[in-house]
Amino acid sequence: MKKVFMKGCEAIAEAAVRAGARFYAGYPITPQNEIPEYMSRRMPQVGGVFLQGESEIASVTMVYGAGAGGTRAMTSSSSVGISLKSEGISYCAGARVPMVYVNMQRGGPGVGTIQAAQQDYFQATRASGNGGFKMIVLAPATVQEAVDMTYRAFDLAERDRNPVLILGDGVLGTIMEPVVLPEMKSDEEVAALKQKNRDWAIVGHSREEKRGFIDPGYWSTDMQEAHCVSLNEMYERWQREDVQVEELYLEDAELVFVAYGTSARIAKSALKLLRAEGHRVGMIRPLTVSPFPAASFDKIDYARCKCVLDIEMSIPAQMIYDVELALRERCAVETCLRSGGNLIERDDVVKKAHEILKGGVER
Amino acid sequence: MNAVYTRTKTLNGNLLGFCPGCMHGTVFKLIGEVLEELNIDGRTACILGIGCCGLAQEVVSYDLATAPHGRACAVASGLKRSNPDTVVFTYQGDGDLASIGLAETLHAANRGENITTIFINNGIYGMTGGQMAPTTLVGMKATTAPDGRDPGLHGYPLHMCEILNQLTAPVYLERVSCNNPANVRKTKNAIRKAFQNQLDGKGYSMVEVVTSCPTNWGLSPEKSLQFLEDNMLREFPLGVLRDR
Ligand SMILES: Cc1ncc(C[n+]2csc(CCOP(=O)(O)OP(=O)(O)O)c2C)c(N)n1
Repeated sequence: MKKVFMKGCEAIAEAAVRAGARFYAGYPITPQNEIPEYMSRRMPQVGGVFLQGESEIASVTMVYGAGAGGTRAMTSSSSVGISLKSEGISYCAGARVPMVYVNMQRGGPGVGTIQAAQQDYFQATRASGNGGFKMIVLAPATVQEAVDMTYRAFDLAERDRNPVLILGDGVLGTIMEPVVLPEMKSDEEVAALKQKNRDWAIVGHSREEKRGFIDPGYWSTDMQEAHCVSLNEMYERWQREDVQVEELYLEDAELVFVAYGTSARIAKSALKLLRAEGHRVGMIRPLTVSPFPAASFDKIDYARCKCVLDIEMSIPAQMIYDVELALRERCAVETCLRSGGNLIERDDVVKKAHEILKGGVER
Repeated sequence: MNAVYTRTKTLNGNLLGFCPGCMHGTVFKLIGEVLEELNIDGRTACILGIGCCGLAQEVVSYDLATAPHGRACAVASGLKRSNPDTVVFTYQGDGDLASIGLAETLHAANRGENITTIFINNGIYGMTGGQMAPTTLVGMKATTAPDGRDPGLHGYPLHMCEILNQLTAPVYLERVSCNNPANVRKTKNAIRKAFQNQLDGKGYSMVEVVTSCPTNWGLSPEKSLQFLEDNMLREFPLGVLRDR
């Protein structure tokens, strides 16, 4: 398979186009500007639409409109911009409009720093907008994974008629790596995908047909409750069917790392070093941070395992709540954290592991 | 017997929930008649703002989406650009279009989106119970301006047609009212033109309809009409601001 050398943001944008995305709207923010810039060149080549919105709010709302018309549509931003998009994301979740969006996370609340961080885990998995909705949140660690996940994200979004989030960070967005790009869907395939959505899309139906009706709310409390119940059934189904995770050496592990995205990449190189030293270290790497791979924690042998190490580029630790829920106090939890756009170093992880394995942590 | 007048088929017979004397119902009737006469109701999508217009959701026959408050023009931009054959119009109140959605309105108009906007200016937030709107007249009482709009505190009413008239891209801007049969007819003509422009691919059109809100103005329907004529139309003069 032919490999090309691409920047994370551009590879994601190309994967989206190949998956059939024909509408993109966004607003400039580092570290993801290469997505809108790439889309502004690429969309016209495939008969798609690129629009620079006047704000993140407008951009995500344009995507709501395009998605409501049955077109595969996407937006992207970084942290503070995602906060502004939360209104539109919540509308998509409420009105069952498929959409894919990318968050290249930066460091800290407010405008934060522009460097890579994982400070938006709560937002991504708990509260991407009002109303208690959930999303499938994909967390790629490499450009290849980002490409493959983006390609798949559009199918998931359309299957569920729900937003799907690609949760990256500044490293993933700006790193260049060799990737194999997925197959380009033909114009006919893209048209057929759109045609499939025609039943519910607001493209204009004759009076004899059932009309397209995109409604983010209800006048009746009972109807709203029924809607929430049916959404919840979907969320529970994801937990059974859509969890994706990488598990390493859980059978013999005395220490288990838990990390996603760029932190996981760093943690994995620490793990390799530690295993070479003879230490029994394992790892759980969520590829979907929502639904969270809680069942993986049942595969740990707690007769051997002393501790789980939660590794995140976030202070305070955020994923740790999912980890603790899944662990149910079966062993201790320690953290290895950086924040503000500072990367975790491999040696920080190794040092922490040595401390734990030396017996520094009580069971 | 010959039927000389029938209800537009785009109103499906469900009960309209608007208050007595409200003009939303009249405007939806006019829109429906125009869509039928132009034979486009089967390929039209309405993007509703948030406000009293939400009461029309279950009443009209054509495709419809509710936009986040104020963002109807952004929804319409996304929809129209990705479905150029669909006729797309937004229907928005003054709080929606001119306050929370001012940026979305202005930028859609400035991009010259090929959409139609029907803007209902009743000078007040109707749905939420009579709070001050960007179009509330100076001295006019609202639940959040109990002593009346005070320019020193709240500034002056926004004139959306005049503001959009500063832009290069819009093709058609007209302010109308539905306070008497002659003006209802003019409103219908304006709505027809605004849709025809879209069919002709000309770009952005907005029809501002100055209406009354008897419930939140605290006046009877009849007195509301008088208030509209004496005060609203003085602040918001009717007429064509642009027709290209
Ligand atoms: C983001 C958001 N803010 C506030 C509201 C509450 N709200 C509902 S309708 C409305 C005002 C609508 O007023 P207007 O646009 O003038 O329309 P009218 O009801 O008068 O026809 C407001 C503020 C909301 N639904 N969403």
